[in-house]
Amino acid sequence: MRTALPVLAMTLLAGCSGETTSRLATPVEITGDEITAPLLGLQGDAVRGETVFADREQGHCVLCHAVEGLDAEFQGNVGPALTGVDARLNEGQIRLRVADIQSLWPDTLMPSYYRSGGLNQVAPAYAGEPALTAQQIEDLVAYLGKLDGERT
Amino acid sequence: MKAGLAFLSAICLTACGDDATSTQSPPAQPQPLQSGYEFLQPQTQALQDDDFANPGFLWIDRGEALFTKAAASGEACSDCHTDTSLPLAGAAAHYPQIDSGSSDLINLEGRINLCRTRHQDEAPLEYESDELLSLTAYVAYLSRGTPISVDIEGAASDWYARGRDYFEARRGQFNLSCTQCHDDNWGKKLRGDTISQGHGTGFPAYRLEWQSLGSLHRRLRDCDAGVRAEPRPFGSADYLAVELYLAKRAEGLEVETPGVRR
Ligand code: HEC
Ligand code: HEC
Repeated sequence: MRTALPVLAMTLLAGCSGETTSRLATPVEITGDEITAPLLGLQGDAVRGETVFADREQGHCVLCHAVEGLDAEFQGNVGPALTGVDARLNEGQIRLRVADIQSLWPDTLMPSYYRSGGLNQVAPAYAGEPALTAQQIEDLVAYLGKLDGERT
Repeated sequence: MKAGLAFLSAICLTACGDDATSTQSPPAQPQPLQSGYEFLQPQTQALQDDDFANPGFLWIDRGEALFTKAAASGEACSDCHTDTSLPLAGAAAHYPQIDSGSSDLINLEGRINLCRTRHQDEAPLEYESDELLSLTAYVAYLSRGTPISVDIEGAASDWYARGRDYFEARRGQFNLSCTQCHDDNWGKKLRGDTISQGHGTGFPAYRLEWQSLGSLHRRLRDCDAGVRAEPRPFGSADYLAVELYLAKRAEGLEVETPGVRR
């Protein structure tokens, strides 16, 4: 009984969404509130990351977040301003927040950008895919990790 | 074991965002209750306020003409609906409602189409066609200023619960529910938009983004597409149910058609 229960619970939960695939697009190790290793071992690029952050066709993070000095009009305020975010979060923490913030705070309004499984009523064009690729997320981590200090 | 199973299925239900015990209770109305109008830029409000500038009146004028035009059967809407017999002033404020003939939930578009098939011997108009939008806007306009008040008892109660479930369930690649934006984050800025409380009281409304008048279901399709969910079809049971839930949630606000929105 003891061992059977968790399995049953898993099945029931999976039954709700009609999906049994794992939650993230590729296997990721989460330690505490961090993903310490770069996704797929990729190297991020801060310049590209800025574009991912602002571009409507990519992350479009400015929908909810403002960054001082960023060239994008009407930045949103549904999420906290991210100017200087690297002073409060390390790279691993930023990576988890972009990849799967809903695993930390289930009720948050922020989407989990590397999540592809266990979702409901996804439009066919996006089904089974994460909102951002591992490379785009690494680029964002590089960009956000440098917001506070001198850019190198 | 029995208790264990019930507990597990309770977890499952909660995980899906539909808590069976709360679906019949009154909606969590945002306080203070505010129409989408309150969140518009002053120049958009001015456009809605001026009946000569408000582009929605193009549809209302066409709707009025259709309303008084005789169908093939010889009957016009205006032959049955006059100021004294079956008047329509205020009627739109009580939709969606259960149609006693079919026991189905119908919205204003559905009622107009039932009148066409039952009383005018005409084919139903297609959802989002210019004719159905015009007639719906005209009939809704006859209730402008009437407080919304819908019946959610009896046969309507299951629809109401279904609408509430849809409103509260997360969906799409972004995994968001209507509640998260319109109950929990109204007043905040999503880029150039201020998130309103998500009331349908201005619809059919003229949206600047559409450059056209559109139905509430078209607006709902946009919100669903915004979270990368597959939108439901126009006139679908899910959207009818949401329309009922929204109307109950907006109770106390007035019909505003033709609203102007961003
Ligand atoms: C629909 C709204 C929304 C969008 C879009 C969004 N976020 Fe967020 N974000 C939030 C909210 C709200 C929080 C605060 C977490 C909470 O308390 O729920 C947050 C928190 C964060 C945090 C943690 C900040 C801190 O100080 O703890 C980071 C980092 C972040 N977001 C990055 C991003 C990036 C990068 C993107 C785009 C790829 C993005 N966000 C898109 C709403 C959003
Ligand atoms: C990520 C945020 C978000 C989600 C999720 C969302 N909406 Fe919206 N909704 C908006 C924005 C932004 C607007 C346009 C500004 C406004 O009027 O609120 C809007 C507009 C509306 C309007 C028109 C309000 C008016 O006065 O014109 C209705 C009705 C509405 N939403 C209902 C819903 C329903 C029902 C759902 C779920 C099926 C939903 N929304 C999901 C953000 C959202």
